[in-house]
Amino acid sequence: MLIIHCPNCGVTAEETEFHAHGEAHLKRFGPGSADDEFESYLFMRRNPKGVHFERWRHQYGCGKWFHVARDTVTLEVFGSYSAQTTEPPEEILQAIRDRRPEWELT
Amino acid sequence: MSEPVTALMGAEDKVGIATITEGGPLGMITLRGDLSDKALKKAAVAAGGVTMPEQGHCNNEGEKGIAWMSPDELLIMCPYVEVHDRLADLQAKLAKGHALAVNVSDARATFLVTGPRAREVMGKLSPVDLHPDRFQPGMFRRTRLAQIPAAFWMPEEETFQIVCFRSVARYAFDVLKVAAQPGSEVGYFTS
Ligand SMILES: [Zn+2]
Repeated sequence: MLIIHCPNCGVTAEETEFHAHGEAHLKRFGPGSADDEFESYLFMRRNPKGVHFERWRHQYGCGKWFHVARDTVTLEVFGSYSAQTTEPPEEILQAIRDRRPEWELT
Repeated sequence: MSEPVTALMGAEDKVGIATITEGGPLGMITLRGDLSDKALKKAAVAAGGVTMPEQGHCNNEGEKGIAWMSPDELLIMCPYVEVHDRLADLQAKLAKGHALAVNVSDARATFLVTGPRAREVMGKLSPVDLHPDRFQPGMFRRTRLAQIPAAFWMPEEETFQIVCFRSVARYAFDVLKVAAQPGSEVGYFTS
């Protein structure tokens, strides 16, 4: 059971009030892009064992989107951050490094 | 004009550990827009008849009220018969800005859960910390009630008011009834 915090409405609740929507920070390849780029944008995901960045939505709550950084093995949640960004903010990266000194952003 | 009818015709259950009552009909207006905008706030306060609530809160006085639904959404409550006039007034005031106001009165159902065990009944159905120190009158929470979306607040201690979609009113009432069935006391909040 994950405890998730919504940065939009300030609610912290267990995961059933939310819904995960997959890997975050994907670069979109739309019309006009190469076939293999479009294919990997649509179908290929990192699926990491360890630190992962995801898009979440406060499904039963305020209905807003946000990002979550968590560990897919230990289920530790490092933090939530705004949906209006293309990369994790420094304080989230720091929170991850504090707990996973070996980890590097790839 | 035809008579307004609630989803469950005012259903009631008094045999359990808390009393479940269908409320309404209640006037409800969904307002979306920039909640920091002065004109919008003023118009919302005029329509709701109470002061602007803080984030995650609800201000109520009888049937009048305003609930904070999300960073760009309010739920304005008023007597059912006044909703058309209040909405028209609100829309006129907001005509110049970018905002959306809709009458959702007939798309919602409301319930009251009352009694000393009301917290226990709600706690069985929602992933919300309902300890008396954590959830108090005035706070407002959008969450789920078992499998359906619902919002609730406490107009006063020992009373929860719930708002959900009208289409799931029967489910809401039945699941509340099960959570309050006789002999199902938990005694977590009242030792
Ligand atoms: Zn939220």
